[in-house]
Amino acid sequence: METIQYILIAIFIVSAIFGYFLISNVPSLLHTPLMSGMNALSGITLLGALVALAVVSTNDIVKMILAGIAVLVSTINIFAGFSVTDRMLEMFGGKKDD
Amino acid sequence: MTETIYYVLSGLLIFIIMFGIYLMSKVKYAKLGNNLSAISVFAAVILTLLKYDVVDEWIIYVFIALGAIIGIFLAYKVKMIAMPQMIALLNGLGGLASLIVGGFAYFGVGVDSLNAFSDVVAIIAVIIGTITFVGSVIAALKLHRVISQKPIKVKFYSGIISLLFLIQLVAIAISPFRIIDKIIFIIIIILVSSIFSVIFTIRIGGADMPITISLLNSLSGVAGAISGLAIGDVLLVAIGGIVGASGLILTEIMCKAMNKGLIDILLGKTSGGSVTYVENEEVVNESVKQDFKEVYKNSKSVIIVPGYGMAVAQAQQLVKALADKMKKEHKTVKYAIHPVAGRMPGHMNVLLAEVNVDYEDLYDMEMINDEFKQTDLVIVVGGNDVINPKAKTHEGTPIYGMPILDVDLAKDIFIFNYDKNPGYSGVTNSLYNKNNVQLFLGDAKETLQKFIDDVK
Repeated sequence: METIQYILIAIFIVSAIFGYFLISNVPSLLHTPLMSGMNALSGITLLGALVALAVVSTNDIVKMILAGIAVLVSTINIFAGFSVTDRMLEMFGGKKDD
Repeated sequence: MTETIYYVLSGLLIFIIMFGIYLMSKVKYAKLGNNLSAISVFAAVILTLLKYDVVDEWIIYVFIALGAIIGIFLAYKVKMIAMPQMIALLNGLGGLASLIVGGFAYFGVGVDSLNAFSDVVAIIAVIIGTITFVGSVIAALKLHRVISQKPIKVKFYSGIISLLFLIQLVAIAISPFRIIDKIIFIIIIILVSSIFSVIFTIRIGGADMPITISLLNSLSGVAGAISGLAIGDVLLVAIGGIVGASGLILTEIMCKAMNKGLIDILLGKTSGGSVTYVENEEVVNESVKQDFKEVYKNSKSVIIVPGYGMAVAQAQQLVKALADKMKKEHKTVKYAIHPVAGRMPGHMNVLLAEVNVDYEDLYDMEMINDEFKQTDLVIVVGGNDVINPKAKTHEGTPIYGMPILDVDLAKDIFIFNYDKNPGYSGVTNSLYNKNNVQLFLGDAKETLQKFIDDVK
């Protein structure tokens, strides 16, 4: 194993712990928007899909389609996740301003 | 772009996303938090394109544009009651993406240095990605009632699940040795993981969905993080880790609220709601007592307990109308929300917010349970197991030990349920036979409307 791989595992553990404490503070009132927001974030796999799509040769149609699907579905995940979260939070916050 | 700049910027983005999540804990700032996260993800995409120097690969933008259009369309079309299946579906898409990225990584696509570590994590990403994808699709179909919400049981469940799990472990262990042809190897893994996921998810009943969705949410994060390990992407690893932790917390909360152990669910030890536990106990409380109008008139403090049945009957608007009417009559009105009142964590709050119920009137179980004993009137709409006092008294029933709303302590109780049948757990509700309980049976939309007219 290379150093970077140890570092990545450490980053995984540290961010999971950080996330655990951050999210413990979210009231149950907001659990659905929290979950859809987290859901949007899980679409971050897009980053990996982008690289895959960019580096596979356009001649290899199967690989290209697979990578394309990965980009497509993770983009759907991100856009739908953030938009729907925004929609829900609007419902909670909307009329409290007056 | 140098490596250093890339890592500094990645660190900054991770920090902003964490700050965004921190803001999600307050209603006032939650929207800002969500926007911050969204902007950070956008920035992360640009950063990645720059790092790999692929900004001019036009094909990327075709797929992104298509995904964006579909995503936004889905988000604005979905109804709040369908939110659980929407989230499940999106989880599944995240899992599918991780599965593909993990698969590519096993072939060395996007990997700087292929070694045993990158092989092992790539295969783990494929396994978790497949489980997330297949499980989420089944959960979404169940929630959408395409597949029966009833648990479908497979014979020798524990044995099959253990065997499949073992095969997956072996696959992970032998992945660096490349004994079998890579493509065949991956296909076998995907097949095994799919079957694993199918027989696991189809045996989960509708009311257990909050746990399932939370778990799948967690898995979608973990799958992302692990595919990040495979391709050495720091942003993927960190953000996937956060999402994994978040899903895990919600899973924990849901398990606690339903009094079920996560390990038991995973091993198939719990009934999954399929046990029918009906006592030989007649519900005799039949007729509508005539003094309910008096009771209503004299009640000063009211707590409304909405259950999933309310959402099924689409009676949210009427509940809100009744609450407004009571407020006008100078009654204090609060809503008591059980953690599993809906089909996903926090679902009931969203359903009520949709009809403009003020979120400050919504109280979670721990906040309001002490207030029932000083409350004149509790109005239950479409809730059963979450108010059944047997959860405290009847050892051996499936709901025993499950935290409930202490509705039974209130002075008077009106229940607007469809019928007197036991709830999802199969346990008859001992509340129905109490003297201070008035049942209004039938479609909540009709019974509530009639009630509102009657007490005018």
